[in-house]
Amino acid sequence: MSGNLARKDRTRAALLLAPAYLWLTLAVFLPLSAMAFFSFLSDVPFGDRDWHVTLDNYRAVFESGTYATLLWKSLKLGMTVTALSVLIGFPCAFVLAKVIRGRAREAMFLLVILPFWSNSLVRIFSWAIVLRGNGVLSGLIDAILPWDVRINLMFSPTAIVIGLVHSYLPYVILTSYLALQAIDDSLIEAARSLGARRRTILLRLILPLAAPGIIAGAVLIFVPVVGSFMEPRLLGGRLGTYYGTVIEDQFVAVFNWPLGAALSFVLLAVILTILALASPALRRSQR
Amino acid sequence: MAQVRVEGLTKTYGGARALDAVSLSFPDGGFFGLLGPSGSGKTTLLRAIAGFVVPDAGRVFIGDAPVENVPVEAREIGMVFQNYALFPNMTVAQNVAFGLEVRKVAAAERARRVAEALELVQLGPFGARKTNELSGGQRQRVAMARAIVTRPRVLLLDEPLSALDKALRVDMQIELKRIQREVGITTIFVTHDQEEALTLSDRIGILKDGRLVRHGPPREVYDDPRDAFTARFLGEANLISGVPEAGGLRLPDGGLIAGARTATVAVRPENLRISLCEPQGPVRLRARLRQRIFAGAMGTCVLDWRGEALKAVGRDRDFADLPGEGEVWLTWDADDTIALEG
Repeated sequence: MSGNLARKDRTRAALLLAPAYLWLTLAVFLPLSAMAFFSFLSDVPFGDRDWHVTLDNYRAVFESGTYATLLWKSLKLGMTVTALSVLIGFPCAFVLAKVIRGRAREAMFLLVILPFWSNSLVRIFSWAIVLRGNGVLSGLIDAILPWDVRINLMFSPTAIVIGLVHSYLPYVILTSYLALQAIDDSLIEAARSLGARRRTILLRLILPLAAPGIIAGAVLIFVPVVGSFMEPRLLGGRLGTYYGTVIEDQFVAVFNWPLGAALSFVLLAVILTILALASPALRRSQR
Repeated sequence: MAQVRVEGLTKTYGGARALDAVSLSFPDGGFFGLLGPSGSGKTTLLRAIAGFVVPDAGRVFIGDAPVENVPVEAREIGMVFQNYALFPNMTVAQNVAFGLEVRKVAAAERARRVAEALELVQLGPFGARKTNELSGGQRQRVAMARAIVTRPRVLLLDEPLSALDKALRVDMQIELKRIQREVGITTIFVTHDQEEALTLSDRIGILKDGRLVRHGPPREVYDDPRDAFTARFLGEANLISGVPEAGGLRLPDGGLIAGARTATVAVRPENLRISLCEPQGPVRLRARLRQRIFAGAMGTCVLDWRGEALKAVGRDRDFADLPGEGEVWLTWDADDTIALEG
């Protein structure tokens, strides 16, 4: 009887899960397998091109020091942007969740979400207008300071970091906000009644309890930032060669899809390894 | 341990008066119950003593020192919240140790006092448990241990038992009383449950619409509620109104309640007696029995006297001779007539 019921439940679960799995197969698994296949070919299998299966692409990636250097550069960029986003985003989320109430909170939320709603190219070009020499930022600082300052942040790593932090900050704010929102105010009141001051409450209570949200946000943005190519290209100019831009070049400019695919899978493997190595530490911090 | 005193405490929330010039003294080492319907301001009063609510006017004293300008974390209070507010990222022992850690008590001393506090609430072996592995009653005990381990000057309990089911609540009331006696900390607790207030408190205070209506020892307030609100809120009361005259209270149906001097009197349901033949006593009313309700050992009779619903409570066998409904006589001892003002 109970076995019968269990089977019924399993059938129902399978039926309910089917659309999701079908979608994942179509949208994730098929394209990824196609790319995995390409990464082992000598040329794209389109038209009358000659192609055969080879490991040359991976050999090229590992033999050339350039890719390793670029990957390391991209990982450093990912770490910088993630760290800055958490440092800026967590206090923002805290103010939103625990300090501001009512309509002011709604208005602030709108400001946080606004970057989401603007086209990423428009966003990046607006930064270009702000950051370039004789641009908005330079003009503003010139107007405030009495002496002559010339600021040109355009085409520098700083510009890339500014652009990326602006693009990805909302993710950190939103995940941190959700985690902070779930912390009952009475916990903070209880800590205060026990004599705890702000610093202690932050370190012993709020940070540990919000850690899952902060970590989720950090992981969420670290991965796309490492592979980013638009911000480095448009805001970095000549200095904007990163791992992501090289992959983009293979697909768009050089039309060497197999090498681009191999580069992508190496990146995927590196990121998965990093997350796997970090996960015991992350799990500990969530306890 | 300290005496707590509030003077002329007033707090307004956007036009609504949560507290209206409340002055009250909470005796040193006593167990004081603040009682009132929801929205009466009892929680606001408790939170003002804790320091979470900043009053618009009035003063709060703990010991003899005014504390209006002392932040919560420096008031040396212990507080138990309605939802217990245990820290979910810490074990039971870490929860209890938190207040000591903040006070920089040395580790050995800390461990000793945490063990002692857990022993006091009968949770000795539970120190290493996570808080989500505990039952409601156990969480309540942890919250209690955490609040008293720092030896606060005053212990504030905000509806501490309302989240528990009835049987557990009764056990915890006895437990709470025992713990409070053992540690002897001045305790102020808020409840909307009058039975809980009567069981636990040495003194009670009754609030209504932000005003303190009545305060004193529970028996004194119960026996002499003085006004209709208190009479009805603390226990149940049948209210009977008429016109006072020289000999007593003249009722609209011509009867006289001898000795009563006020326009309204109250009689507790347990003091009403119902009979089929006319009683000899000085106080008697003709009423209509509407319904007899059997509830285990005790029974309730719902009566109608000139359109007013009255209630009598007694052992079910006292009502055994009565019909399901019909005309009956009501009587009570003259001593049980409670005079009400206003």
